[in-house]
Amino acid sequence: MSGVRVLVGTKKGAFILTSDGKREKWDVSGPHFAGWEMYHLKGSPMDPNRIYASQTSGWFGQIIQRSDDGGKTWHQPGTPPGETTGPGGQPKGESNKFVYDTSQATGAPLTTHQFYDGTQHPWEFKRVWHLEPSLSDPDTVYAGVEDAALFKSTNGGKTWEELSGLRGHGTGPNWQPGAGGMCLHSILLDPKDAKRIFIAISAAGAFRSDDGGKSWKPINKGLKSLYIPNPEAEVGHCVHHIAQARQKPEMLYMQKHWDVMRSLDAGETWTEVSGNLPTDFGFVIDVNAHEPETIYVVPIKSDGEHYPPEGKLRVYRSKSGGNEWEELTKGLPQANCYVNVLRDAMAVDTLDRCGVYFGTTGGQVYCSPDAGDNWTPIVHDLPAVYSVEVQTLA
Amino acid sequence: MVRVELPAHLRALAHVKGEVTVEVAGTVCILSVLDAVEAKYPMLEGTIRDHGTRKRRPFLRFFVCAEDWSHDPLDKPLPEAVAQGQEPLLVIGAIAGG
Repeated sequence: MSGVRVLVGTKKGAFILTSDGKREKWDVSGPHFAGWEMYHLKGSPMDPNRIYASQTSGWFGQIIQRSDDGGKTWHQPGTPPGETTGPGGQPKGESNKFVYDTSQATGAPLTTHQFYDGTQHPWEFKRVWHLEPSLSDPDTVYAGVEDAALFKSTNGGKTWEELSGLRGHGTGPNWQPGAGGMCLHSILLDPKDAKRIFIAISAAGAFRSDDGGKSWKPINKGLKSLYIPNPEAEVGHCVHHIAQARQKPEMLYMQKHWDVMRSLDAGETWTEVSGNLPTDFGFVIDVNAHEPETIYVVPIKSDGEHYPPEGKLRVYRSKSGGNEWEELTKGLPQANCYVNVLRDAMAVDTLDRCGVYFGTTGGQVYCSPDAGDNWTPIVHDLPAVYSVEVQTLA
Repeated sequence: MVRVELPAHLRALAHVKGEVTVEVAGTVCILSVLDAVEAKYPMLEGTIRDHGTRKRRPFLRFFVCAEDWSHDPLDKPLPEAVAQGQEPLLVIGAIAGG
């Protein structure tokens, strides 16, 4: 029987929530890596037992964890428990080594970006925000990091190499940190074109590669950000998240700082589709697994007040690719709710009907097994939720 | 044999309980002790010293015989009491955060 495994990253550990296809009764395991900030966990589409996790700490830096048994046990890739460094063995202690490429041979990527005060500032690795396993190889995985860059591992996370053409393509000096830091938070691998990758950075914008990550170009035409000197600049936009329609990979959606956007041409041009939303500020956006024009957002009041308008937690669904939105409230608190839903904290499964999930900074993880019509909290007292991903299991 | 006391989270990463002990060849200083710790517990690489800069992470401190050595040169010889294993080198996480 089919089932789902929900991978939840929180401020103080990771949790794994499992259920059968009905998505009514749940088993909860965790906290895994108790006390650590778990920015993101995601499973391989090719091998659901292979899960990658970003474990981070203000004290101890970055750790990459990997499970090969669906989250029952974990290890740092290349460093199995009990093993020590040995001559001629696999690289050890390098799974958390994210070093920016500054070599001339790869185009001498720029080593500074714009800082808060407008001066140029060196790139400094801080943490991994997002891990995106390959669609075709369980050992290949991409990492979006802060300060913004894209790394790739082809050996199951043992070692990492920067795809330096992104930072080096020319607009890097104009990137700048948003309030949450200068992070590469979204990575979309095109299901129909193995060489096409989309990424998004706060605060720079969206970018696309058509050659597997070697070269990149900004794809921000149509974005208007009134809070930057040139509202229609090529880069500098605070994109909060991007999502892709699985059946139509050229169809992209974006939750920008303000504005919900849609592209029908793989990011070449964007159109605002905020329509009748109560506010078009927010962080998450996702697409129904079966209906490319059915999308979900959680409006947040404003950039100064990161909670739902009127204290009512509402998911908004559009079945027309935006512009026309309906509020979804059944099972969600409609009074005195002042949580936030962070950018990587919404996901969908591929069951029929499509399940939709999101987590809050108040520690709730909600599930709708019927495409958003009805919601139930799977858990409601976790630490602040940073990320939610779902694996649909056969 | 040099004794090293690590923060709880690093002990969990290294799959150890209590103090760790390492053999250090040559001068016993913080640098050589950390090198020995990372060689014995490679999963700790990057957690005490930044991978790129090799500098001490800002929220960690080194204490030796009740003194803060965090800003001393890493190659400064440690006291005999530490070199002989009578006192541990303490790696301490700052009391901060939420």
